[in-house]
Amino acid sequence: MAPDVHARNGDEAGWVGKSVPRVEDAALLAGRGRFIDDLGTPPGTLHAAILRSPHAHATIERIATEAARAMPGVAAVLTGAELRDLASSLVVGVKAPVECWPMAIDRVRYVGEPVAVAVAADRYLAEDALDAIEVRYAPLPAVVAPRDALGDGAPLLHEGFPGNLASDRSFSYGDPDGAFASAPHRIGVAVEYPRSACTPIETYGVVAEYDPALDAYDVLANFQGPFSIHAVIARALRVPGNRLRLRTPPESGGSFGVKQGVFPYIVVIAVAARLAGRPVKWIEDRMEHLAGAVSATNRSTRLQAAVAEDGRILALDWDQIEDCGAHLRAPEPATLYRMHGNMTGAYAIRNVRIRNRVVVTNKLPTGLNRGFGGPQVYFPLERLISRIAATLGLDPLEVVRRNLVPADAFPYRTATGALLDSGDYAAALEAALRDGAHASLLARRAQARAEGRLYGIGYAAVVEPSVSNMGYITTVLTAAERRRAGPKNGAQATATITLDPGGAVSVHVASVPQGQGHRTVLAQVVADVFGLRPAEIRVITEMDTAKDAWSIASGNYSSRFAPAVAGAAQIAATRLRERLARIAAVQLNARPDELVFAAGKVFSPGNPGNAVAFSRLAATGHWAPATLPEDVEQPLRETAFWTPPQLGAPNDADEVNSSLCHGFIFDFCGVEVDRDTGAVRLDRYVTMHDCGRILHPGMVAGQVTGGFAHALGAALLEEQSYAPDGSLLTGTLADYLIPTAMEVPELVILHYETPSPFTPLGAKGVGEGNTMSTPVCIANAVADALGVAEIQLPLLPSRLSEALHGAESSPPRREARPPQAAPGERALFGSGRAEVDAAPEQLWAMLLDPDLLARVVPGAHNVQRMGETRFQAEVTLGIGPVRGRYRAEIALSDLDAPRSVTLSGSVDGALGFGRGRGRLRLEPVGPTRTVLTYDYEAAVGGKVASIGGRLLDGAARVIIGQFFASLAAQASGRRPSLWRRLLRLLRGRA
Amino acid sequence: MSRHGPAVLDAGQRHPVRFTLNGRTVSGEAEPRMLLHDFLRHVLGATGTHVGCEHGICGACTVQIDGAPARACLTLAVQADGAEIRTVEGLAPAADRLSVLQEAFRTHHGLQCGFCTPGILMTLDALLRERPDCGEAEVREALSGHLCRCTGYAPIVKAALAAAEALRETDHA
Amino acid sequence: MKPARFAYLRAATTEHALEALHQGGGEARVIAGGQSLVPMLTMRLARPALLVDIMHVAALSRTDDDGARITIGAAVRQRALETRDGLAQRQPLLAMALPWVGHMQTRSRGTVCGSIAHADPSAELPLVLVALGGQVHLLSRRRARRLAAEEFLTGMMVTARAEDELIEAVSVPAIRPGTGYAFREISRRHGDFAIAAFAAVADERGVRLAVGGVAAIPMARVLPTDQALGDALDAFAWDLDARDDLHASARYRRELVRRIGGDVALEALRDQQARAVKEAV
Repeated sequence: MAPDVHARNGDEAGWVGKSVPRVEDAALLAGRGRFIDDLGTPPGTLHAAILRSPHAHATIERIATEAARAMPGVAAVLTGAELRDLASSLVVGVKAPVECWPMAIDRVRYVGEPVAVAVAADRYLAEDALDAIEVRYAPLPAVVAPRDALGDGAPLLHEGFPGNLASDRSFSYGDPDGAFASAPHRIGVAVEYPRSACTPIETYGVVAEYDPALDAYDVLANFQGPFSIHAVIARALRVPGNRLRLRTPPESGGSFGVKQGVFPYIVVIAVAARLAGRPVKWIEDRMEHLAGAVSATNRSTRLQAAVAEDGRILALDWDQIEDCGAHLRAPEPATLYRMHGNMTGAYAIRNVRIRNRVVVTNKLPTGLNRGFGGPQVYFPLERLISRIAATLGLDPLEVVRRNLVPADAFPYRTATGALLDSGDYAAALEAALRDGAHASLLARRAQARAEGRLYGIGYAAVVEPSVSNMGYITTVLTAAERRRAGPKNGAQATATITLDPGGAVSVHVASVPQGQGHRTVLAQVVADVFGLRPAEIRVITEMDTAKDAWSIASGNYSSRFAPAVAGAAQIAATRLRERLARIAAVQLNARPDELVFAAGKVFSPGNPGNAVAFSRLAATGHWAPATLPEDVEQPLRETAFWTPPQLGAPNDADEVNSSLCHGFIFDFCGVEVDRDTGAVRLDRYVTMHDCGRILHPGMVAGQVTGGFAHALGAALLEEQSYAPDGSLLTGTLADYLIPTAMEVPELVILHYETPSPFTPLGAKGVGEGNTMSTPVCIANAVADALGVAEIQLPLLPSRLSEALHGAESSPPRREARPPQAAPGERALFGSGRAEVDAAPEQLWAMLLDPDLLARVVPGAHNVQRMGETRFQAEVTLGIGPVRGRYRAEIALSDLDAPRSVTLSGSVDGALGFGRGRGRLRLEPVGPTRTVLTYDYEAAVGGKVASIGGRLLDGAARVIIGQFFASLAAQASGRRPSLWRRLLRLLRGRA
Repeated sequence: MSRHGPAVLDAGQRHPVRFTLNGRTVSGEAEPRMLLHDFLRHVLGATGTHVGCEHGICGACTVQIDGAPARACLTLAVQADGAEIRTVEGLAPAADRLSVLQEAFRTHHGLQCGFCTPGILMTLDALLRERPDCGEAEVREALSGHLCRCTGYAPIVKAALAAAEALRETDHA
Repeated sequence: MKPARFAYLRAATTEHALEALHQGGGEARVIAGGQSLVPMLTMRLARPALLVDIMHVAALSRTDDDGARITIGAAVRQRALETRDGLAQRQPLLAMALPWVGHMQTRSRGTVCGSIAHADPSAELPLVLVALGGQVHLLSRRRARRLAAEEFLTGMMVTARAEDELIEAVSVPAIRPGTGYAFREISRRHGDFAIAAFAAVADERGVRLAVGGVAAIPMARVLPTDQALGDALDAFAWDLDARDDLHASARYRRELVRRIGGDVALEALRDQQARAVKEAV
């Protein structure tokens, strides 16, 4: 039977564009995935555990590791001192005299910063060893908010960043001054965009080995790229790149950018392996991940627009303060510059002023997270559109329509330098309104409001960049600095196609997927080129820098797979097909360009009966190379490198085409806010995407729904929270709240396809867009529902309640309430009172007697007097099952014997630390009776703060109360019999 | 204390643990503190059960203990001694065939990275067995004990409902 | 995240467990379902020397209903109670609250008594125990005693249980004619600890509203059902002395007590009327 000559020949009728079943799935569904922790390790592999800082900012005075090293099963302990000997600082992306170590050296700057690594026979023993490491910290003041970090007298994190400012650049495009001067309206928004993180369900993993004979490292890690980081790691390990073999496992359990951030740990574990002289494996645990992996940036933005009467935006003035956490880690401050070409979003705005500042604060360092810089830009921009509409009394849709880049302008060069590749934004918007039933949503809102319910509609229009220009980050440098550093640009994608002696086809790429189905799509693309079935194509996506073709741009980020990597595979396959066609042409006595590859055969359409089997043809290079036509290159293996010419370096005017492709998204949604609880219910969400040509509809839908769920989390639930003292408040998944199936509704996905003219397959990226559009779309809807101008993410019901419920009635007449800390603040205040059967003098004597103090301080043993009024003790404190040992120091001051005294105390231990200060007053009410009153303030932090913040304040109160109750009991010559007694003493007062 | 019953298993010592895993008796040694997921993965080599949070929230390590879905990370290996444990490796009827539920996940793109999937399958397998007529609300509620960062859940819900329907049809047939 | 070392004992009988607790002093802890304890072990927040597993003690695995009281043994899993035939008829409040306890994957292992022993201020089962005026049955080698819920729960994760005592069971009154019940929980996600949870029981004495997640322990108050309800709720809201935390402000919690607390109280009254109608039929 003659094959169907038109089908499956790389044209529209082929595999590309169809939702074929994923080749990845069968193994994953049967528990046969090969994730990093599922793979075997070399015999003798040791396991690492990492001791992390409980302090946001402190000097390390001493690390005692002897006890840990002496424990059975422990092979080595790595601290900053050894790291400094064996490695170098990570390079920093701005010109400043700062170092960036992957582990603390002498000083910690965020809660969770690695301080020591124990290497032992198994993970349990390694964690036992951590318990035996003693670290003495001298706490320093911390700074958490980006604007505070710039304030006078703010604690300084790095000497090389004066004023905590890592970079300060100003840009001007067009004539913003003129536009602002002449515009009838100036409308602005102020946004504090919070921190969140994409938290893949698989955490980081590294297995490292060092070969002293070759001075070479071999590392397996679930790293995701970009492989520009390979150079950073090699440099930190002080080896040339060819002595750092970096491999990735076949499967990786999600990343969303986050697994770029494993690289500092690659350095740490590699050095630990070198120190231990054995392979070392480290699997990050979830608490480590939440405290110490990587976060998206939080950003403080002031955005102003010069606006015409009709709502057209004449100019934008951006003032962005980017918070990169405690260290400026590669590739930061890329989050800030990734969007540089797109600062005008989907709008034709010719005049733009930008000031970009980058600050450091005592928080987790930032890095790649889905959306990378997009959410931080589009939240202010699309809130601005909404504010313009409200201010001018226009329909927000009209403001959007009047500003969109017109359809006839593509490719459109934005004011800041991006080249928007293709699109018809207005048509996509109108299609979304029509197909997404916008009119019925308006009716729903009207109906709900008529019933007295709080219902709002929000919109967002965004441009989704993909395929990052490797040079965009150099926009942070001045043109002169860039000239000195040499040009950086492009985005090399690679793919290799191999033909084996049986004519079977393999594809190797450096795309490092984490569940995006690269193997399936590549099989589709290559099957189409060769006229085969996808099942016949074997795709290998695990990566090995020692053997694979790769470039600094390799990896899975900036949504580059479909537009770049899949295209490179098509190019490599097409080159091989051209060669095979020339070989076949001789055999079939036909012209190479008329040959068709279909259904596993190669033939001329005019004579389909005269065909050669693809497998036989593809094996020619192995079996009969001498028969190849003279000018045909070997048809065994072909590697394609592809970089788009449109991605040039930033020019002297700081214009940069920061990304190759620009998808368009228009979203709208309806929300209802519960009047009583402030809970936000998403009633309907419509998202319209122009992501160019769709290679696999099922996967595109998967990317959109997945991105939407991340965005919904960012809008409603997720925030990586830090108290003002730098304590991490979201150290477990009980406090860092990820949406579940109960919180994520179905969404309506629509498409409007304008293929990219710049990519081989016409595809654009699609995975990140909703993280950019959805948070602000929901926020706009909630603002509409509540009729408020200010809206802050995440949309906590508790926060919305303030707008909803107005001022609270004052408390009924009752005893004066103690001051309460501001929300999120860790400080506690309390007071109490007890009557004691003892004279004030007796009580006073107790306070100065170590033996008696030992009985009063809860759980104290071994109280030592360190000075006239200073004591040191070991204490065991516990609430319920939570129990830990601490080092305590107690000092008395402002002594007014026997009437009053100030007690200051601190405790420090594995579970955390606390400091408190209280004034104690003794008042005789009889010859042997005293009223003891006290008030205190206390602060608690460390591990317990990040795990049990919800319960911590209560626990601290109980312990403090226990101290005073015990003091009273001792003085009365009685032991407190029951907890109940203590609590009766305190309840309602503390 | 042994005068009242079995002896204390000493801390720091390994003790034999034996249970049924996917219908077969298996055994190994564990310290009392070893968590069930570590025992499954690193002692028995059954790496299909994944570990995502080790504090009972994410659900990746969900297995069936005596027929009910439960967190392996909230269970000590010694507690499981004598139990009947089922993991994702036991779902497929044959090495080259997927179960109805697994097949529905493939058809409806119910997975991307596949890391959370084994736990989700163990919950849904139990749910569909116990509540063959379950609807979307029940499926979502059961799924709320799992975190998935890739799919946005909608395809998982679809897969579960499709599997429920297919299983009902099989039962009728 | 791996536990520190501990020894483990699988108790065969109640006496066996009590002996172990007696000898272990404060260093021995009961493990039942382990759903609260194991994460604390894994995070090394709790470091007992000995765990006494009571799940294989047959005598502790029973739920008894003598007509007036339902007594739930220490080894009864939440799921077992949730799926017990007729629970909704015998004690509706338990049936209403159990689906809110954690997730089905934790209820399959977690025990009813274990959740009460843990005394988390936001947990549902201690709240129900307080709302119903339940009792905790404590047993040690020294004595057996029963404490009312409010006597047992003394503070945030703190109870009146002595270190050698085992919670043998908890008991709650079974449904009585002329009684209505309601339950509602406000949490950030389904399955999360409550920001505020409400359980109400309406009977001939009035409506008793218990509030969890706000004070250090669940607190109950009998509320008026006339126009004085608003003021009474406001006073109750303030008296609970709510605190700010990451997920909600104190003020929000008070607002929930006023608004949702009132709704739940009224719902219990409606339930009471509905049941009265049914009983009459």
